[in-house]
Amino acid sequence: MNGIHDLGGMHGMGPIDTEMDEPVFHADWERRTFALWTAAFAGGLFNDNESRHAIENVTPAQYLAKSYYEHWLHSLERVLVDKGQLERAELEAAWSKAEEEAA
Amino acid sequence: MAGHDHTDPPSDIALRVKALESLLLEKGLVEAETLDAIVELYEHNIGPKNGAQVVARAWIDPEYKARLLADPTSAIAELGFSGVQGEDMVVVENTPEVHNLLVCTLCSCYPWPVLGLPPVWYKAAPYRARAVSEPRSVLEEFGVDIGDDVEVRVWDSTAEVRYMVLPERPDGTEDLSEEELAALVTRDSMIGTARAGQE
Repeated sequence: MNGIHDLGGMHGMGPIDTEMDEPVFHADWERRTFALWTAAFAGGLFNDNESRHAIENVTPAQYLAKSYYEHWLHSLERVLVDKGQLERAELEAAWSKAEEEAA
Repeated sequence: MAGHDHTDPPSDIALRVKALESLLLEKGLVEAETLDAIVELYEHNIGPKNGAQVVARAWIDPEYKARLLADPTSAIAELGFSGVQGEDMVVVENTPEVHNLLVCTLCSCYPWPVLGLPPVWYKAAPYRARAVSEPRSVLEEFGVDIGDDVEVRVWDSTAEVRYMVLPERPDGTEDLSEEELAALVTRDSMIGTARAGQE
């Protein structure tokens, strides 16, 4: 599929921003997202191509604006719902519960 | 009731992740022990030190180097490194005539068993856009001086193959031990954005 993810040769992306002594994760939620994605993948809940498709299946503006692990989170939610592992309503209930607990 | 009949995700991304984690644990789709083990593995055990051992061995053992170039996945597994995102490895050798550079223009393909998880810049748009169109200028930004007579080869990962650069052994390292040699091999030297031993 041709799309915004196909970045090779594109102009205007600015300088490469490297970081000295970069940590593996920059926030705990990135760590948890990586672990959830990898455990779900290793557990056979979806395959590589299904996940890749879910990551690439966002609007170009979102693709460029969101951070790497946000893509992973969104694609994980989407692929689990698409594959019938989760009901959309279950996910929404979990969101509401997390908001209530944090309030 | 009119209006929205769905709930928006929490705007705080940490809460959104917590919600998904709780749900997946509750449904038994993932196990807490597995999550902890994955974090431990990728945050502490798997990283460029693995790849550095492969490179140092190849520098001191010509037979190992020949195996590494001919059948990289097996040769890397000889040292105990294998698994997810390293199932089909290709090792490309830097020489005085050829400098290799790795990128994944489509996403973030990277050889996890030997290099760990990729740095942010590798996954970000500027590197992915420019590595294929102006590799020499990218190398210059990274402080790698490449002569005009040296061929630059850029390897763009596919969905299946994972590349690793075998950097050149620095001059004046004839007397170093395998362990001391491994200490010269950085993550970037195995991506191609640095030379081994480069300050």
